[in-house]
Amino acid sequence: MARSGNRGNSQPRWLFPFVVTVIFLLSVLPLGRLAATGIASALQGHARQMLSDPSLWQSVYDTLTTSFFGMIAAVVLGGSFALLLTLFDIRGKTALGFLFMLPTMIPPQVTALSWIGMTGPSSALLKAVGLAPPMGTPNPLYSISGIALLYGVQNAPLVFLSLRAGLLALPRDGVEAARLAGASSWQVLKDIILPLSLPGFAAGAAIAFVSCVGNFGIPAILGIPASIYTLPTLIYAKFATFGPGTFADVSLLSAIIGILSMIGLTIEERVLRGRDYRVIGLSGQVAVFRLGIWRILAELLLWLTIFTILVMPLTALVASSLAPAYGVPLSPATVTIKAYEEILFRQSITRTAFTNSITLSLATAFGLLVVTVLTGYFLVRGKSRFAPLIAALAEIPYALPGIVLAVAFILVFAAPLPIVGISIYGTIWIILIAYFSSFLAVSLKPVVSAFRQLDPSLEEAARLSGAKFGRRMADIIVPLVAPAAGASVILVFLIACNELTVSALLWSAGTQTLGVAIYNLDDSGSFNLASALSVLVVIMVIVMMLVLELLANRLPKGVVPWRS
Amino acid sequence: MAKLILNRLSKTFDLGGRPAVHDVSLTVRDGGFLALLGPSGCGKTTVLRMIAGFEQPSDGSIVLGERVLADAGEMVPPEHRNMAMVFQSYALWPHMTVAENVGYPLKVRGISGEKRQTKVREALASVRLENYADRRPADLSGGQRQRVALARCLVTEPDVVLLDEPLANLDRHLRQEMEETFREFHARSGATMIYVTHDQAEAMALATDVAVMSEGRLLQVATPEEIYARPEGRLVGGLVGQGAILSLPSPTGDKRSLDWQALRAGFDAPVEGQKADILVRPQDVEISPDGIKATVRSVLFEGERYALRLTLADGQALRAFSRQPVDAGAEVAIVIRSAWRL
Repeated sequence: MARSGNRGNSQPRWLFPFVVTVIFLLSVLPLGRLAATGIASALQGHARQMLSDPSLWQSVYDTLTTSFFGMIAAVVLGGSFALLLTLFDIRGKTALGFLFMLPTMIPPQVTALSWIGMTGPSSALLKAVGLAPPMGTPNPLYSISGIALLYGVQNAPLVFLSLRAGLLALPRDGVEAARLAGASSWQVLKDIILPLSLPGFAAGAAIAFVSCVGNFGIPAILGIPASIYTLPTLIYAKFATFGPGTFADVSLLSAIIGILSMIGLTIEERVLRGRDYRVIGLSGQVAVFRLGIWRILAELLLWLTIFTILVMPLTALVASSLAPAYGVPLSPATVTIKAYEEILFRQSITRTAFTNSITLSLATAFGLLVVTVLTGYFLVRGKSRFAPLIAALAEIPYALPGIVLAVAFILVFAAPLPIVGISIYGTIWIILIAYFSSFLAVSLKPVVSAFRQLDPSLEEAARLSGAKFGRRMADIIVPLVAPAAGASVILVFLIACNELTVSALLWSAGTQTLGVAIYNLDDSGSFNLASALSVLVVIMVIVMMLVLELLANRLPKGVVPWRS
Repeated sequence: MAKLILNRLSKTFDLGGRPAVHDVSLTVRDGGFLALLGPSGCGKTTVLRMIAGFEQPSDGSIVLGERVLADAGEMVPPEHRNMAMVFQSYALWPHMTVAENVGYPLKVRGISGEKRQTKVREALASVRLENYADRRPADLSGGQRQRVALARCLVTEPDVVLLDEPLANLDRHLRQEMEETFREFHARSGATMIYVTHDQAEAMALATDVAVMSEGRLLQVATPEEIYARPEGRLVGGLVGQGAILSLPSPTGDKRSLDWQALRAGFDAPVEGQKADILVRPQDVEISPDGIKATVRSVLFEGERYALRLTLADGQALRAFSRQPVDAGAEVAIVIRSAWRL
């Protein structure tokens, strides 16, 4: 028990106040402010007026249907990949797993753009091969089912990971015992493995649902042109037509999203709580079933799926970026890299966006690292009874959809800061703070798992050697958690660089990010420029994922999100 | 250097819970080698960690010479205690070379250059690892890592050296070699050493004094010979040596060392009346026709002899050695040459 004045504790006195301040600023303050505004406007009778607005209910209905069908698609896709890759003797598992994980790291607005480039009458790719439908046919993706389908593709990796983690935790000796008891492969699968993997399915489905509810990029690009508004895009639209009741409206809308997300996350947590019993016995290596002659068929199916959900859309994206203008057929005669020249050298907006996104992401990644090394140390070594509460508070901003967080920060910083009297609303600083809050959990997780793996006696030996806190940090602790810290920096950079949801609400002239730039280019009809920018983003994503993949063997388990 | 005094030391981790260490008082003389012996969970590691400064006592105090290191209110942090410790996991820093590991306490103290190098070389030489200075800990064997950890302790001439089950992760052959290294180390450095172990043979072989702990309490402190010959109470008796404990009608008088005559009287006495715990070591049990009856439960061939498990007529268990093979299930007659009333 940490009693006051216990100096057996290895942390300096300022650490606890530091951690509490950080958590207050990044989690308690914005979310508390959002809740307060929501409750206040509900009490003033604003809620009744909003709730009687049919467009709100249409939006809730659209959010729920797209998310529900998106979840189903994610479970079907992710579930079959997880089962086939984990339980059966498929060749090329690592490559398939890596490629299957890619869609979740590609920003949703880029996914949407690439699929648009693949379908519809203006598709440069379809035109190039002469398969484009006649002009005037509507693109089938601008619909509820189109949004749901892309939700499914984007979030299938979440189900894949959840189910795979469950399958890998299966007791191998349990499977072997069933075999010895005389069960055939099929019976083992049906009677032992599938029942035990149900929680993984359910948890994956719940996270996928939450992620769909909070998605902004896909419904912004596919929904808004077709007048389909999900809750996040409705918030965006309300801000676009700013009026006196906007703050009250959006705080209520955010509350609805927040509640939907919390329901999903609670289900996930409930389902996973009973999971521990499965770790009894030797786990970690699932018995591999032989597919025999079916193997080649299964492999064909898997690669075909990868081709459809990844290769084709990305090819279409590249094709669109190389076409001289939207709707012009792509042929060797018309291929041009004008779009790339335009975004890299001519358009000042895209260049500003590059600078902004990279600066913001670097500042967030390295700034957060300082915060998370200290916070992680406090959480793991501190023996404080507040540690679980602080850990939970650090998780919440990332678990909530980015749009909710953006609204919360607008509410906090809409008025000038007290005492200094400067307003950071509309500057790049509000985006930076929102990023800190949103990605705190992303940065913290690798660092905490590295600390948990670190034998406490390594630090104790340094203490007995006479090293004080700062010295121990510099000489012993930081060098030992360096690989995880590196992973944390890369992950935060990757996610922050591709982010659209938070900055969509917080940007203003001069502070647009890459995500905003892509969205605005598409919105203003410069589809080829948006595609070119997206291609660069995808290349950056793939490069960074490969770097993490190379680092993976030196990292604690669970740090690289697509490895389990 | 000075003697280390633990004064009515207590530690409770959860408020209101059972104390992990309860009222332990103990003096380690300057240059002594004390073994803290007890089963796992008895509080011996907590005592060690309080001496090191990783835990603060809930009650009582720790005094080194004239200096109060810790009591329930104040405490000197480990950084300022001038102690060193060999951890069960060795706690070598994997990102530093052997020489850097050993030299780190000097580096922290601001000693650099030629002086540091000389000291590191000397320390490594004393554990016979001079040629390994530039290796990483990962390239060393378990015993070598243990010796690096020892060298790191040696390098700053600490007042007290703490050893937390340092041999637990080594195989039997290496243990003997390391025991020798520890003895040598103690003789040469003259440091006060405190050694935590659950292995009674290890404690007996190494220490000048043995302190036996159980459930947070100190049961007995004495030299190894004393502990072996005259243990106090059932717990110490059961922990030290391979003895069996018989419950017999209390022999007359306050004599504690009992011969066969006194024991025979005990066996023949009426069943009612006060009972006493009698410790009988297997080497004192002899198979002899004029003894009492016992049944052989099991026979284990140990190479130089057979180890027998016996059951007496009243069901009590006893251990004995025999030079000749005996069949399990056979009836034998035994004589107990000497025993100790606990």
